[in-house]
Amino acid sequence: MKVTRETVTGWLQAAPLTVVLLGFLVAPIITIVIVSFWQATEFSIIPAFSLENYEFLFGSPVTYKVFAATFKYAFLTWAMTLAIGFTVAYYLAFHIRSQTMQIALFLLCTIPFWTSNIIRMISWIPFLGRNGIANQTLISWGVIDQPLEWLLYSDFSVILAFVHLYTLFMVVPIFNTMMRIDRNLLEAARDNGASGFQTLVHVIIPLTKPGIMIGTIFVLTLVMGDFITVRFMSGSQRANVGRLISNDIALLQYPSAAATAVVLLCTVLIVIGILLRFVNIRKEL
Amino acid sequence: MSKAGYTRRSILKTGAAALGASALPAPMIWAQEIKNITLRQFGTGVSNLNDVATKVKEDLGFTLEMTALDSDAVTQRAATQPDSFDIADIEYWICKKVWPTGNLQAMDTSKIKNYDKIVGIFKSGKLTPESVIAQGTAPSTVGFVDGPGGTTFADHETGWMTLIPTIYNADTLGIRPDLIGRPIESWTELLNPEFKGKASILDISSIGIMDMAMVCEAMGEIQYGDKGNMTREEIDKTMAIFTEAKKAGQFRAFWKTFDESVNLMASGEVVIQSMWSPAITAVKSRGIPCVYQPLKEGYRSWGGGLGLSKSLSGMELDAAYDYINWYLSGWVGGYLMRQGYYSAVPETSKEFMTDNEWGYWFEGKPATDVITSPTGDKLAEAGETRDGGSFYDRMGHVACWNAVMDENQYMVRKWNEFIAS
Repeated sequence: MKVTRETVTGWLQAAPLTVVLLGFLVAPIITIVIVSFWQATEFSIIPAFSLENYEFLFGSPVTYKVFAATFKYAFLTWAMTLAIGFTVAYYLAFHIRSQTMQIALFLLCTIPFWTSNIIRMISWIPFLGRNGIANQTLISWGVIDQPLEWLLYSDFSVILAFVHLYTLFMVVPIFNTMMRIDRNLLEAARDNGASGFQTLVHVIIPLTKPGIMIGTIFVLTLVMGDFITVRFMSGSQRANVGRLISNDIALLQYPSAAATAVVLLCTVLIVIGILLRFVNIRKEL
Repeated sequence: MSKAGYTRRSILKTGAAALGASALPAPMIWAQEIKNITLRQFGTGVSNLNDVATKVKEDLGFTLEMTALDSDAVTQRAATQPDSFDIADIEYWICKKVWPTGNLQAMDTSKIKNYDKIVGIFKSGKLTPESVIAQGTAPSTVGFVDGPGGTTFADHETGWMTLIPTIYNADTLGIRPDLIGRPIESWTELLNPEFKGKASILDISSIGIMDMAMVCEAMGEIQYGDKGNMTREEIDKTMAIFTEAKKAGQFRAFWKTFDESVNLMASGEVVIQSMWSPAITAVKSRGIPCVYQPLKEGYRSWGGGLGLSKSLSGMELDAAYDYINWYLSGWVGGYLMRQGYYSAVPETSKEFMTDNEWGYWFEGKPATDVITSPTGDKLAEAGETRDGGSFYDRMGHVACWNAVMDENQYMVRKWNEFIAS
């Protein structure tokens, strides 16, 4: 290829981003992959190639159990954030007519997100506890006699916190796609005799798919990479992959943590790869 | 403080100070230079107190920068970043892990003024001549090395100490007497089905496994060779017993941080759990009854000390010795003992405590007046006695010291299984 002024300019324009990605994305991942083949003792890391970390990982029933739990949390959180997120976005996009009102209500959705993630999560603990507000209220209403134990430190509380924390990540991209839907299409559907439900299923949902997909990717990666929500909301009684990694790091087992991280990364990439087969999100971007 | 930029004059002074330090028992440093010195100390929150830094500036003139971290982070930092600190405030079991990295230097006990008065636990290992050294990483077993460059621990007093002991205590289970309503006297109660869904244990593997071992041994299920250094078989058996209990719903939650343990207890989510003594105090200060229950099988004990970074030298090293001598001279000891910990040199601390405080905290006598913490919170009324009694009653009944096992990695993996099960 002939080197022209344009190609040089092109390379130069791409260079800053390439350097940033190489330095802050590619290099760290390569490091993690390399370290995952090393060994560690209590206080030192032995840089020698070994498959021990992976052998242990794939040989241990705990790994499968923990990955299964991670998928369970991811799937349930995804289903619920999608249901809530879609409804909220639909309401904002199609039921609110004035743009000012739309923006105002949209900002209202984001207000809880001005506080820290951790605070929003921990606030659930006194609410759901054995002697918490939820149980006390239900008892005073006479709905239950004994406090409900499963409200806190259970899968229920973990998923509740996840849904609370991540629904906005579903609302935003779906709302964004919905706003771009040409209103003439909806009118055309109505003119051709489609009911509201038919319009939803045959027009709105297909056109909203890229937004749903982006929201799905956000929620899946956030939930699958999380460790702190699972730890606090389950009272350390449940584990997901993130907790395995954080436990290893706390105990200076960096190579073992790196191996788990590599497996998790591959898993998430495979899941996202499959999702992208269904929807072309480039259309959205 | 930057170590670069010494003038000829300051080097001369350092030399003079070093000479002075080696010739005289009390190191003397030129007053002009000392206020430029900054020592960076890091450790667990227990003894990293800002009041100590303030008092150091007042009494000794130099600046002490404190960083508080959890014990895992402390271990990491001591093992991997030797230049990031001058003084490491670490526990003895952490010392066992970190010492082989060579990041710490041994201390010359002849420069420690109150060395003779340090309690026996940290020297011979025996509190009284009749005492038996408890299982686990007893401080005396990792307290000495053969010389300034020694990398292996000596089993007797050699004159070169790895850590200067500062603070220690005996841990047991905390209970809510109002919600239990009957006497508790054995570790086995933690797994008693009566407390199903209302028990907790701490999710820090190295300490949690010890509490588990205390329970399993008390139940008569397992006889351990050394609870602080279990075999794989012992680890498996211990975990099996607790996994079964977990699956049966015995535990409400596991806790990892101090405030989690306080909240679990104060909210009534849990009525019996592993606990640390200041957490008991924190629950009590909310007006909620909470007892640090002495148990017949004995206590699980821990101790910490100050270690010097390998890179300390010259005037800063002298300042560090000054600091250690000051630490043992009583003020800090009194401060810590008024929180319920013990000082390595109790007799110097006595001068900084009232008779009432000394009687309550150390001698196990009923308080003659209200007992308050150093920060002014009321901890006990007149007439109350300390849970567990006197120093000798408590420290004399240590069954095991916090430890790190040879099979640590195996244990950690088993611990992960336990959490995930």
